[in-house]
Amino acid sequence: MATEKPSWWKTDFGPPKYDLFLPEVVKKNYGKWAYHEVIRPGVIKRVAESGDTVYTIRFGTPRLISIYTIRELCDIADKYCDGHLRWTSRHNVELITTDESKIDDIIKEVQETTGFPCGGTWDAPHAKYGLSNIIHTQGWVHCHTPAIDASGIVKAIMDELYEYFTEMKLPALCRISLACCANMCGAVHASDISIVGIHRTPPLVDDDAVRRMCELPTTAASCPNAAIKVKAKEKTLEVDGEKCMFCGNCYTMCPGMPLFDPENDGAAVLVAGKVSGARHDPELSKVVVPWIPNEPPRWPTLVSTIKKIFLAWANNAKKHERMIEFIERIGWERFFELADLEFSWHLIDDFRVPPFAYASYRVGTNFRW
Amino acid sequence: MSETPLLDQVPDGPWPSFVREIRKTAEGMEKAKAEGKDVKMPGCAKGLLKQLEISYKDKKTHWKHGGIVSVVGYGGGVIGRYSDLGEEIPEVHHFHTIRVNQPAGWFYTTKALRQLCDAWEKWGSGLTNMHGSTGDFVYLGTKSEHLQPLFEEMMQMDPPFDIGGSGSDLRTPSACMGPALCEFACYDTLDLCYDLTMEYQNELHRPMWPYKFKFKLSGCPNDCVAAKARSDFAIIGTWKDDIQIDQEAVKEYAKWMDIENEVVKLCPTGAITWDGNELKIDNKNCVRCMHCINKMPKALKPGKERGATVCIGAKAPCVEGAIIGWVAIPFIPADKLKERVKEIVEPLWEWWDDEGKFRERVGEFLWRKGMGEFLRVIGQDADVRMIKHPRTNPFMYFEKSELRPSKVVEEHTKRGMKFKTLEREEEEE
Ligand code: HEM
Ligand code: HEM
Ligand code: SF4
Ligand code: SF4
Ligand code: SF4
Ligand code: SF4
Repeated sequence: MATEKPSWWKTDFGPPKYDLFLPEVVKKNYGKWAYHEVIRPGVIKRVAESGDTVYTIRFGTPRLISIYTIRELCDIADKYCDGHLRWTSRHNVELITTDESKIDDIIKEVQETTGFPCGGTWDAPHAKYGLSNIIHTQGWVHCHTPAIDASGIVKAIMDELYEYFTEMKLPALCRISLACCANMCGAVHASDISIVGIHRTPPLVDDDAVRRMCELPTTAASCPNAAIKVKAKEKTLEVDGEKCMFCGNCYTMCPGMPLFDPENDGAAVLVAGKVSGARHDPELSKVVVPWIPNEPPRWPTLVSTIKKIFLAWANNAKKHERMIEFIERIGWERFFELADLEFSWHLIDDFRVPPFAYASYRVGTNFRW
Repeated sequence: MSETPLLDQVPDGPWPSFVREIRKTAEGMEKAKAEGKDVKMPGCAKGLLKQLEISYKDKKTHWKHGGIVSVVGYGGGVIGRYSDLGEEIPEVHHFHTIRVNQPAGWFYTTKALRQLCDAWEKWGSGLTNMHGSTGDFVYLGTKSEHLQPLFEEMMQMDPPFDIGGSGSDLRTPSACMGPALCEFACYDTLDLCYDLTMEYQNELHRPMWPYKFKFKLSGCPNDCVAAKARSDFAIIGTWKDDIQIDQEAVKEYAKWMDIENEVVKLCPTGAITWDGNELKIDNKNCVRCMHCINKMPKALKPGKERGATVCIGAKAPCVEGAIIGWVAIPFIPADKLKERVKEIVEPLWEWWDDEGKFRERVGEFLWRKGMGEFLRVIGQDADVRMIKHPRTNPFMYFEKSELRPSKVVEEHTKRGMKFKTLEREEEEE
């Protein structure tokens, strides 16, 4: 097959270099910004040492967006922003302009054409924080292992917390994220509030599929709990239900190990993780609700639980106090009380024996009542 | 009656709706087709709605395991996806995604985005993710036979767009906007991100390792791309010298800000004092957490001796539990980053590739091998900044040269006894 490659053919050429896409004012003041100010929810004014000023105007998106919406955003960016725009690390889009007088028109046009709300910013100097978008994953829209949907749950929660996105009335940052299975493609293991899809039943071995599609030893080896035995004679696999913790690793390796159960799959809720270093070290999130069933299309139980947790924090935290700082001040016993959550045995770590699990047990007798 | 009674309830409420985006795409694609445009998959978005409605009814996914699909010359970057309702909904029988390597910092021009949209109107579903959680621009849903022609169209765009990583390879590196728009950036995140992406194109496009490996770059400890939690190799900007203070600007803040309660008392190490006239920082005691700087961006700036800390090993809980990255290199000066990062990561990859188990992330691998070995491999001295506190058990391995000559050692050597202390030096020789 000696077909001649065309002259434009190339591979390994990499992404476009970022400077091709920077607005002129950004190129000019690159690395020379003096300060920023949030002048109203969603709008950040950035002033350079040269005195140049830009405004970034942030809008929440559903992450899954249509090319027709992207084109609408492009039309607006062409009209007002010299053809420049950017996305953020939390699925928000930002339009960038140097002309303060255009801000109102930009907000109005984006909202009218796309329905995307302006907001998602926080003003640390004034201790007025807005809620940013929920980082999330694919769910039933695209993935093969989810225990819950992603986009539908995010939509239902953000509808409920909408005012916190468009206004800045929280005491501190609150990052919410969602992953639809324990692979956790989103940053859920270090967020103030997170939702994780979990399975609760072991894989239902499909012998035929296992024989056709799977390598037996690698699939068995993929199990972190050594719950899978190879049945060499029958050329299939067997799961020890006593040992399985429903992680789905084996299914990732082998399509013959599906572990879906619509009635028993659902969401766990975690709280009190963080990644920034501000005041308090980064922290992993911790499970506070073991399981909530899937209730499409609007997930009422999950949404009301998240709201309860969110408000328990928002109404009681001090200025700048993120979830982990808040809980460390009041104690876990008080947190469960304020958030009106039940503490049950599921929430005591028994996944790994010491030292992993032990590190989370309380040592000594210092507790609150 | 509507064909999608459950999805119809999703748009309730003010937050933008993904269902609306899918519907808008379905209508737009059909219209484009009717106008005579070359649209290969006009019914795809509508098919997705049908399948999602069934998932909402059944409370489960209807996507099957992906097979291996890719473009000529690459092993990663495409997630193969097939529907288990392929006969009922042939429009989404194949529904592969393509990870398009995003520009660092997610800055775009409308010209570039329009080209991406035009190609996708022709070859795909018209649906995207802006962006996937690794950072890529995601083309959501196309057929196997469209992958290659689409990629060829991407090669010819102005500027061209390449495909990102997936599978057991280097994943698409991503960076905060850093010096482009943020005054806190302690090094050039965009430049380093681009440099690493270009240097390691082969590792990005051809899966070759035990598992995936991620670089994420944040310009300061605020870590706006969550690198500390989500990347095997997090490069976090920081500084070594004193926080820069503009006392006049502090006084401006003092007119309305409660500096005592909101800055001084919230400093985690009690390093700040404020007497109503002058703000003093005990820089020896500052842990560079960013709180005071975030509070007073006009008055405080990171110091001038800037660079980055490398945190290693972060990952989600599969398999051994979630890990937040820990300190591997406390400080690399900003102007040495490009060089030093490569000097560290290349031997690390080689070692992990040789000795890592299948599907073992670097964090888990290092837990198994120990920090001592790791520091040896990357040629880094131990530093007290790598730990919360020193170890609480005395089960240590020494180097052979640290043992005193003794009869017992001689006897062990004679008997051919192997233990880690002795082996360690053999490897060294
Ligand atoms: C054992 C661990 C993991 C496995 C087996 C896994 C597997 C997968 C699979 C199968 C998909 C395809 C979803 C689709 O159909 O589009 C996916 C998507 C993705 N994963 Fe993972 N994943 C893991 C962990 C992670 C982690 C920790 C991250 C990020 C830090 C991540 C980032 C992504 C991203 C960015 C996508 C693209 C889709 C999206 O943005 O939701 N994954 N992953
Ligand atoms: C000059 C100051 C800052 C700038 C320019 C900046 C910029 C950004 C931007 C553009 C985003 C994406 C925002 C979004 O989509 O909602 C972001 C996210 C984030 N920022 Fe910042 N930020 C700044 C200060 C801070 C501060 C003060 C903190 C923490 C105290 C912080 C922590 C974060 C975190 C944790 C994220 C989310 C990362 C993620 O989970 O994806 N940033 N930042
Ligand atoms: S979190 Fe799990 S279900 Fe969701 S996209 Fe990632 S691998 Fe798929
Ligand atoms: S689901 Fe996880 S624990 Fe259960 S058998 Fe599979 S790999 Fe093992
Ligand atoms: S990580 Fe630091 S430098 Fe980067 S955007 Fe966030 S605040 Fe700015
Ligand atoms: S950066 Fe953090 S630790 Fe350092 S002085 Fe400011 S508040 Fe204190």
